[in-house]
Amino acid sequence: MRQVENSALDDALVVIDNLHFAHSFGAHQVYQNLSMRVPRGKITAVMGPSGIGKTTLLRLIGAQLYPQQGSIEFAGHNVHQLNRRDLYELRKRMSMLFQSGALFTDMTVYDNIAFPLREHSQLPEEIIDTIVKMKLEAVGLRGARDLMPAELSGGMARRAALARAIALDPELILYDEPFAGQDPISMGVIVKLIKELNESLGLTSIVVTHDIAEVMTIADYVYILADKQVVGHGTPAQLKQSDDPLIHQFLHGEADGPVPFHYKAATLEDDLLGSDHA
Amino acid sequence: MESRNTQLAVGLFVIIGILALLFLGLKAANTNVLTNGETYKLFAKFDNIGGLKERSPVKVGGVVVGRVSKISLVGDYYEPLVEMTISKEYNEFSDTTSVSILTSGLLGEQYIGLNPGFIDDTVEMLEDGDYIYDTKSALVLEDLIGQFLFGQGND
Amino acid sequence: MLNRVAALGKATLDSVAGAGAAFFMLMRALVGKPQLRKSWPLLMQQMYSVGVLSLLIIVVSGLFIGMVLGLQGYTILVDFGAEQSLGPMVALSLLRELGPVVTALLFAGRAGSALTAEIGLMKATEQLSSLEMMGVDPLRRVISPRFWAGFYSMPILALVFSAVGIYGGYLVGVRWLGVDDGAFWSVMQSNVEWGQDILNGVIKSLVFAFVVTWIALHKGYQCTPTSVGISRATTSTVVTASLAVLGLDFVLTALMFG
Repeated sequence: MRQVENSALDDALVVIDNLHFAHSFGAHQVYQNLSMRVPRGKITAVMGPSGIGKTTLLRLIGAQLYPQQGSIEFAGHNVHQLNRRDLYELRKRMSMLFQSGALFTDMTVYDNIAFPLREHSQLPEEIIDTIVKMKLEAVGLRGARDLMPAELSGGMARRAALARAIALDPELILYDEPFAGQDPISMGVIVKLIKELNESLGLTSIVVTHDIAEVMTIADYVYILADKQVVGHGTPAQLKQSDDPLIHQFLHGEADGPVPFHYKAATLEDDLLGSDHA
Repeated sequence: MESRNTQLAVGLFVIIGILALLFLGLKAANTNVLTNGETYKLFAKFDNIGGLKERSPVKVGGVVVGRVSKISLVGDYYEPLVEMTISKEYNEFSDTTSVSILTSGLLGEQYIGLNPGFIDDTVEMLEDGDYIYDTKSALVLEDLIGQFLFGQGND
Repeated sequence: MLNRVAALGKATLDSVAGAGAAFFMLMRALVGKPQLRKSWPLLMQQMYSVGVLSLLIIVVSGLFIGMVLGLQGYTILVDFGAEQSLGPMVALSLLRELGPVVTALLFAGRAGSALTAEIGLMKATEQLSSLEMMGVDPLRRVISPRFWAGFYSMPILALVFSAVGIYGGYLVGVRWLGVDDGAFWSVMQSNVEWGQDILNGVIKSLVFAFVVTWIALHKGYQCTPTSVGISRATTSTVVTASLAVLGLDFVLTALMFG
């Protein structure tokens, strides 16, 4: 077990080191001292209660947001110190599956998937056509290529977005809540797709989610975030055996525990009896 | 196909814009005297220019040949000096030409009337920057009434 | 008291920051080498949705405003026996003021609000983020073609507005109220100048086009990506753009005809 972990740490595609991040001039601290390593060629799950800023983490990795302190390295480049052109160049090597899919509403599914290819490659249209059809085949939507995004169901939209995300054969895919709001069948389809794509294309995946059951079946390594930092990490098997109360609460979905059921407030007695005014 | 239709529509849109511009330029605006065509300048001093303004027309027998381009006061006695920009098409005025400030209609705008002088071997032609000395000032209503009353008294 | 001063300070800082952000947005969208092959179809697409689709409202409003000008002008001028000045009155009001200004106001309502809502929606559905993550600059890809489309469309629309308006004035004045046909056009011609009137009107509408499109795009790009945020941004576009147009119109008029 120790050996697996070491080799994973040695060959990390994304290294997050000592990250501090706060929204809008420090009003709301999101991360403090966050460190994380994402092993190459594996599926890494990042879990945590909602509202913990998991999406923010993905945006930080994509350098859409800038941290106050600390660094994020992608394939040896500190993403926040690149100039604009190098950053855009680097982003071609990663892609992100947004929660809403973020398909371009004014194009067909086909054009959506061809978009990154037409933008970034000088390939002739026939080759693009072949690639698009193959990517659509991979997500099972070859028959839906002439539909507009508005005509797709939620699950189909997400699969189409996934096809677009892999169009340029990136090294890293960031999944933002890929399972949220999906029916069990399309959830199963997406779980299968993430797993298969990761294996067949040699991708590295970061899956941000709070759907524990699904992600535990495919993840190679799991980070659990709470209270602005990593509170636990390990392989799914290790985490299941963990006796840390916080991890235990999260994995088993208990209502109350180290993460309290109640939002921070004065005690009920004070609130009801109005002790301030007494 | 869709993008072809779009291009067609945009093309028509631009053509409509150009047609509108042509309509405005040819039908609505003054095309007789091109102020940016070839022109030359003449000057004239008046005692009183009345309601003459910059851009007022300069006419010969009712035909516009130029415009007033500048009005200023010059000399020790602050005499009004009018600068006229005349189209090069009409550059054969002799130095016996006279100018007067006239009014179009009862309430109309004031303009400058050029009366071309006679031409023989002894007179020279006006050139760019020349002065016209034979000038007749604008009629001022109060002066007219005064003269009329004065004339009545004499009878 | 101190709180109020602080609030004033914050408001000032916010508006300066907003103006700065708007400026940088525009700079980044417009500066850089243009890629004709890619941006031409995008520009066409936007010219269509911003310009062509606004044509109908412009033509109809222009016609009616011209007709009203003809009617009102006639009733006033006829008292002085000066109804032959109806032509220049209609033409000058349209070319100098109403053409550029009303076009800009209608444009802010029709195209500006649509631009804001569209971009706000693209932001809310993460399409802009998605472009960024694909290594495509949304400012170049989304903002820039829309800006140029607005900038080119509005002067065309303003010219169409003025032309149609003059025709509307002609219909009412000459065809209906019986002003002399020849006098209507000839008096108009002797009073309307290419450079002074038509060109200045075009310059005005270029300035308005710049400002209105810029405001609309900035409001969309900076809006809070929620349904409330988008609706607020859309309202704000129409209000801000209209006020900016009217204010600028005074300044421009003072500079041009003052």
